[in-house]
Amino acid sequence: MHTPQFRPLDVEAIREDFPIFATTPPLAFLDNAASTQTPRPVVEAMDAYYDTYRSNIHRGIYRISEEATEQHELAREKVARLINAPRTRQVIFTRNTTESINLVAYSWGSENIREGDEIVLTIMEHHSNLVPWQLLAQRTGAKLRFLEVTDEGLLDFTQLRDLLTEKTKLVAIGHVSNVLGSINPIQSIIVEAHTVGAKVVVDAAQSVPHFQVDVQQLDCDFLAFSGHKMCGPTGIGVLYGKSELLEEMPPFLGGGSMIRSVDRDVSSYAELPAKFEAGTPSIAEAIGLGHAVDYITQANLAALQVHEQELLKYAHQRLEQIEGITLYGPAPHQKAGVISFNMEGIHPHDVAGILDTHGIAVRAGHHCAQPLMKRLDVIATVRASFYLYNTIEDVDRLYEGLCRAQKLMTRRKA
Amino acid sequence: MNIYQEELLDHYENPSNYGTLPNPHISHEEDNPLCGDRIRIDLIIEDDIIKEVRFSGHGCTISQAAASMLTEEIEGKTLAEAKQLTKDDILDMIGIPLGPVRLKCALLALKVLKAGAYGIHAWPGEEDE
Repeated sequence: MHTPQFRPLDVEAIREDFPIFATTPPLAFLDNAASTQTPRPVVEAMDAYYDTYRSNIHRGIYRISEEATEQHELAREKVARLINAPRTRQVIFTRNTTESINLVAYSWGSENIREGDEIVLTIMEHHSNLVPWQLLAQRTGAKLRFLEVTDEGLLDFTQLRDLLTEKTKLVAIGHVSNVLGSINPIQSIIVEAHTVGAKVVVDAAQSVPHFQVDVQQLDCDFLAFSGHKMCGPTGIGVLYGKSELLEEMPPFLGGGSMIRSVDRDVSSYAELPAKFEAGTPSIAEAIGLGHAVDYITQANLAALQVHEQELLKYAHQRLEQIEGITLYGPAPHQKAGVISFNMEGIHPHDVAGILDTHGIAVRAGHHCAQPLMKRLDVIATVRASFYLYNTIEDVDRLYEGLCRAQKLMTRRKA
Repeated sequence: MNIYQEELLDHYENPSNYGTLPNPHISHEEDNPLCGDRIRIDLIIEDDIIKEVRFSGHGCTISQAAASMLTEEIEGKTLAEAKQLTKDDILDMIGIPLGPVRLKCALLALKVLKAGAYGIHAWPGEEDE
């Protein structure tokens, strides 16, 4: 693979692709870790499907159905190229990261996890990479073990060798924390996990949208992410898996499309990827995801990462100036575009509510990561998260909004 | 209209009936696990009338202001009247529209009051929650 020539993001041009920003003052959208905005080219690609070749895929013997099938499968090729999957059939379309992880937990998990086996997680996992494993452990009698987080918000690597034993059958780990933004050293963890024979599931919901992720370089066994956090629509997600694992796994959902032939009592199943794609899929959404992949790769993921780093560094500088603010997570260079914080004496909901009155959208809550909240000893945090269309002005407005919130909520308390 | 207006902030900063009662006839506490807001309500009942009420807890402006307003509303009323209060009564007190997430904050105090007044097991539950 050659390295594309670096050119910085043209943020102004990018913003013109997003009609939602065409207001005065523009929406300062800083909740990208939850879901990103959708650019015109992605919406137009989905419109084109609905307006000109709307039909079901795979079985239609007519022109527009063939076109729909081709476009749907082209999207799969684009996703495979994005993550450098060896073969396109290793890309399974799901609804989202959560469904991808559940697919592994039910299909691979029920065949491979037994009583007494251990599944290693981290306490910074999103509930979507925790609850499916809890359910699997309850079904099988396996045990969950957790890698802790240091005070700096990084994984406590010293624990890893003690946690990984011959009992470890699976390691399920987030690539980037959705709360702290910490980029986890998953490459080393995958190497360590493989030395004890464990498989590794990577929750890449917060990494694939933000920087180049190469499944062959990582050598991960499974990798899951969502379209809606990378300029794509909701309702489409991806599961990548190693061929030999996907081939051996039993189906997850049964129904149309996933069969080869069906008799009264038994069926034989289709080849990959169809084996895991029962029923009519999200066709427009898959096509939209393909165009979202085009959009972020044309913008250039390396440039996107540099842009987010700049925003993050600037946000750290500005927010650190606010009295009574606590920032969570490591230094900017150790994380992707997320900044989590609390303001002394103001409930996170109030911070977010006041920012909203100034046209600034941030998240406040436990971010579907309650074990991490308990470790940080907080009930909730405020989180701002960036993407390719955010600007320095967005960060300035965040800063000013926080100053206003502080003034409003502490006016008579002195 | 904005949820961070004077009246709500006044209730948040200087809540009415804040505290606990030493020997309450009814005392109940609940939290909203989504945001960690927590409210306890203590009641002294004489001849079926709410003679004294206190609330305590912590949370966002909406949850605490709604609790403060609710205690003002129910003091001196009969327990039966307090049981009749609905979601719409709380929204009338707050006087501004709320989205679904903040609605849960606003209704926490009512939930605590009703669960306490009915007894946690006898309470028929609130619709639209």
